[in-house]
Amino acid sequence: MIPGEFTYHRPSSVAEAVAILANHGDEARPLSGGHSLIPMMKLRMAAPEHLVDLGGIATLKGISEDGDTITIGAMTTQHELIASDLLSAKLPIIGETSRLIADPQIRYVGTLGGNVANGDPGNDMPALMQCLDASYVLTGPDGERQVAARAFYEAAYFTALAPEEILTSVRIPVPAAGHGYAYEKLKRKVGDYATAAAAIVLTMNGGTVSMCSVALTNVADTPLFASEAGQILTGSTLDAETIKRAVAAAEAITQPASDGRGPAEYRTKMAGIMVERALARAAERARS
Amino acid sequence: MNDMTPTREQREAALEGMGCKRKRVEDIRFTQGKGNYVDDLKLPGMLFGDFVRSPYAHAKVTKIDATEALKLPGVIAVLTAEDLKGVNLAWMPTLAGDVQMVLADGKVLYQNQEVAFVVAENRYIADDAIQLVEVEYEELPVLVDPFKSMDADAPVLRPDLEGKTEGAHGPRKHHNHIFTWEVGDKDETSRAFAEADVTIKEMISYHRTHPSPLETCQCVASMDKVNGELTVWGTFQAPHVIRTVASLLSTIPEHKIHVIAPDIGGGFGNKVGAYPGYICSIVASIVTGVPIKWVEDRMENLSTTSFARDYHMTAEIAAKNDGTVTGLKVHVLADHGGFDACADPSKWPAGFFNIVTGSYDFPTAHLEVDGVYTNKAPGGVAYRCSFRVTEAAYCIERAMDILAQKLGMDPADLRIKNFVKPEQFPYQSALGWEYDSGDYHTAMHKAMDTIGYRELRAEQKAKQEAFRRGETREIMGIGVSFFTEIVGAGPSKNCDILGVAMFDSAEIRVHPTGSVISRMGTKSQGQGHETTWAQIIATEIGIPAADIMVEEGNTDTAPYGLGTYGSRSTPVAGAAIALAARKIRNKAQMIAAHMLEVSEYDLDWDIDGFQVKGNPQARKSMKEIAWAAYHAPPPGMEPGLEAVSYYDPPNMTYPFGAYFCVMDIDVDTGVAKTRRFYALDDCGTRINPMIIEGQVHGGLTEAFAIAMGQEIRYDEIGNVMGASFMDFFIPTAVETPHWETDHTVTPSPHHPIGAKGVGESPNVGGVPAFSNAVNDAFQFLGSTHIQMPHDAWRLWQAAKNLGAHG
Ligand SMILES: Cc1cc2nc3c(=O)[nH]c(=O)nc-3n(C[C@H](O)[C@H](O)[C@H](O)COP(=O)(O)OP(=O)(O)OC[C@H]3O[C@@H](n4cnc5c(N)ncnc54)[C@H](O)[C@@H]3O)c2cc1C
Repeated sequence: MIPGEFTYHRPSSVAEAVAILANHGDEARPLSGGHSLIPMMKLRMAAPEHLVDLGGIATLKGISEDGDTITIGAMTTQHELIASDLLSAKLPIIGETSRLIADPQIRYVGTLGGNVANGDPGNDMPALMQCLDASYVLTGPDGERQVAARAFYEAAYFTALAPEEILTSVRIPVPAAGHGYAYEKLKRKVGDYATAAAAIVLTMNGGTVSMCSVALTNVADTPLFASEAGQILTGSTLDAETIKRAVAAAEAITQPASDGRGPAEYRTKMAGIMVERALARAAERARS
Repeated sequence: MNDMTPTREQREAALEGMGCKRKRVEDIRFTQGKGNYVDDLKLPGMLFGDFVRSPYAHAKVTKIDATEALKLPGVIAVLTAEDLKGVNLAWMPTLAGDVQMVLADGKVLYQNQEVAFVVAENRYIADDAIQLVEVEYEELPVLVDPFKSMDADAPVLRPDLEGKTEGAHGPRKHHNHIFTWEVGDKDETSRAFAEADVTIKEMISYHRTHPSPLETCQCVASMDKVNGELTVWGTFQAPHVIRTVASLLSTIPEHKIHVIAPDIGGGFGNKVGAYPGYICSIVASIVTGVPIKWVEDRMENLSTTSFARDYHMTAEIAAKNDGTVTGLKVHVLADHGGFDACADPSKWPAGFFNIVTGSYDFPTAHLEVDGVYTNKAPGGVAYRCSFRVTEAAYCIERAMDILAQKLGMDPADLRIKNFVKPEQFPYQSALGWEYDSGDYHTAMHKAMDTIGYRELRAEQKAKQEAFRRGETREIMGIGVSFFTEIVGAGPSKNCDILGVAMFDSAEIRVHPTGSVISRMGTKSQGQGHETTWAQIIATEIGIPAADIMVEEGNTDTAPYGLGTYGSRSTPVAGAAIALAARKIRNKAQMIAAHMLEVSEYDLDWDIDGFQVKGNPQARKSMKEIAWAAYHAPPPGMEPGLEAVSYYDPPNMTYPFGAYFCVMDIDVDTGVAKTRRFYALDDCGTRINPMIIEGQVHGGLTEAFAIAMGQEIRYDEIGNVMGASFMDFFIPTAVETPHWETDHTVTPSPHHPIGAKGVGESPNVGGVPAFSNAVNDAFQFLGSTHIQMPHDAWRLWQAAKNLGAHG
């Protein structure tokens, strides 16, 4: 539980940070809140020789609205996500999800950028970002590019992020006013990663679902965007038969690991139950 | 009398003696971060030790090459078994009569076993060096399932025992067999079963778990080569025993070894035994001549030092149709891991498991325990329970529920029918114990009335019908547990540790100004001894608890004692304290008589001093007497006012309690919610009700954790799973149920103040209450017994197997 030796860098601009990363290639890692990276270093599952602390880069913080898009700086902490009035009004599912992450101490330092860049299927924000169809802004030596959250995750700890790139912000299209939403997470205790979790955003028109987006946490080696489940629900009146089909479609794409949270079979079923429960809450919240 | 004279009540209250909810004095430093723990100790020149550990559960160690590690700047030494052989310490004796490798001697028997000890200038370098020590292993077949330990073709785990057919506790019948322990009357029990109207039989497992104190095991060893003196600071629940063992192993004379246990951050049994970390630190300090610190990390703690439980208990009860029990038969398969390092009194290979008849009047019983080796970590400590008592209580409390189910009787009624009756005490149990006192009926009825037991049963019935109609996906369980503990080890006639009788001790010294220093052979790890010991003394000698300092843990100053575990401190040291105090009071009485110029027989004790019979104005307070003891003792009397007492208890004490748990389980997720938990404890005389309540809250929280998911698991090749707080279930305040506590008081007749001990009751009684609630919930779906731990996925699995998912 003692990390290996490393050199600590604290750049004050993104350009400087990217330069350090580019200089050291695979040996360097960005450090945000450190609440995923440092435990891995203590277990010597990660042994970066250079740590590039992003904490000194002021431009990486903050939440802003620009037309139909909300942009959240990578260094915004999970606590700040909960405290944001803008998010509470426009994207309340972000606060709801943040509250289910770890505990207050960790949320004070853990960042959105770190959470989505980490690539751990246990993180809650990636599936939520897929559900919301967010994009990640990545900055490297050759400038900036955007990658959709739905296309970012390749395997556990493997993402579209290049070693010399920094994830600088997350851009989220604001869902329609009056949308229903819910993040349902089954966990063993406070501070635990999900046994299974589901994020749902939907809009209702009369009694009919006009848009529905579903994503799943920790039931495969990446977050899962359950596009088929969303399609099945869209256009439906959320009758029992349709819900059953959507749940089955969501369960079908899961490939969970068997671990202390339970065998794969259980975690798949729990993904289904989380979808069902999130759907019920989201529908109840949606204003037609 | 003028108005300023305090009333009797005021004088009594000023003492803060027994029965007072006195605030814990130690909390002043703990809550300010001013505790003084082993890891706070920094000595000049101190080096750090850390272990190279085995990644394999069973393997030959063919080569250890430290060349690269030794090249790393700051690395001082790398010790292996070969080095330890030079000082005859490659192996060490265990408390259970076995021997244990200190460092891998040719092979490893469990994952994370200690292979080499790296000594470096700091912890960072030590950890870097560990990665550089090259060890070659040759994997061997792994034995994980204790039920396969004694198969004919099971791998030989302990070649060192080859051909030894006699173990520390009798004959061995297989190369992986450790002992068979048999108690009771086999023939008589067989007869009871042959004649029974009804019998039940169930294999009830109590899974492997771990005490997991907040502070891990650690020590600093410092050898002063000039004076030949060794000082060891460590997280020791039994510092004197550690000193004796260190002396026997190192051949350093006992008076030249100083063992100091400073503040300890929880023990729960984890810190009773001796571990390779201690031995290696001592050896390394002897070799280098400088202090060596060793501090376990969390994963090392959970995976190597002192697991608990791992008992697989096949219980059978014989009964009449009316529910009267007529016989009990239990066979236990005990998984001890790679070495038998159980921390029990030496003659008790399965601890006091023969308390398994519980609170019930079994006319006859028979018990057999088989201990076996597997490729798992050694330990077998009493995790907040007197030796193997929690296993026994779980076994009988589950079995009684299963019998009730078979008979179609209410489980509370079945218990009441079979309780040992108040007039039967002192009660001789079929398996050899003499229960000192109890009033089970009163406790049970009080508990049932308070919780509204019959109404809860009616509610449960309605819920079951609603479930059947498809109106709810929740099922409700009511867990009943009525436990009898056996604590206070123990009488020298049957309890010793490595030959040292399990007495305990107290020394009390009253200073001329009437303040007190007192020292005991016990060692608090959070139990609050500094507070409660002072309260006993305060009541006994009439000096305010605030003027009494309690010191434990330094073998140079404290009288010899066997330490704190097994709820033994109050039953044993608590008695020694009362008796030492009474010696002081007796001497004080003679001094007071001299001062008041009366015969000592003409004096009455009155709260905080002596007064002349019939003339209460003529009195001397203890403060005045203390001054006189140093200033003008009666002619011919030795000056001073102090006493020592070593107490060898005549019997154990038998606390008991009635616990009820009400639980709702979501069958679709397996998530269980404890709606109510009521705990009535009878621990005899109550010294500090607030501390008792704190102990009960803590113990119940552990019981909740154990029953509902806390587990040390192994996969089929012996990898220890979940040995970190990510997986090992330590509930937070969010998960922990609300506790309702209550009590009755049935003093122990043989204890000087009637106290029985309470620290472990909630763990012992709590686990069956939770498990019985779970099992009770599932019963109407056709289930008889669901094994612990009852975490969500296992309850979901149970619901699925019972057809609850449609
Ligand atoms: C006990 C505990 C419980 C937890 N429970 C949960 C939980 O339930 N759900 C959950 O989602 N999380 C949980 N976490 C993780 C926590 O939310 C982390 O804070 C978060 O995953 C990572 O954010 P961070 O800012 O701490 O990132 P860091 O740990 O600093 O970094 C994580 C990884 O991302 C990389 N990285 C960080 N920032 C950037 C960036 N801007 N650009 C490119 N790469 C970057 C780092 O190099 C590293 O590889 C838990 C953590 C702990 C310790």
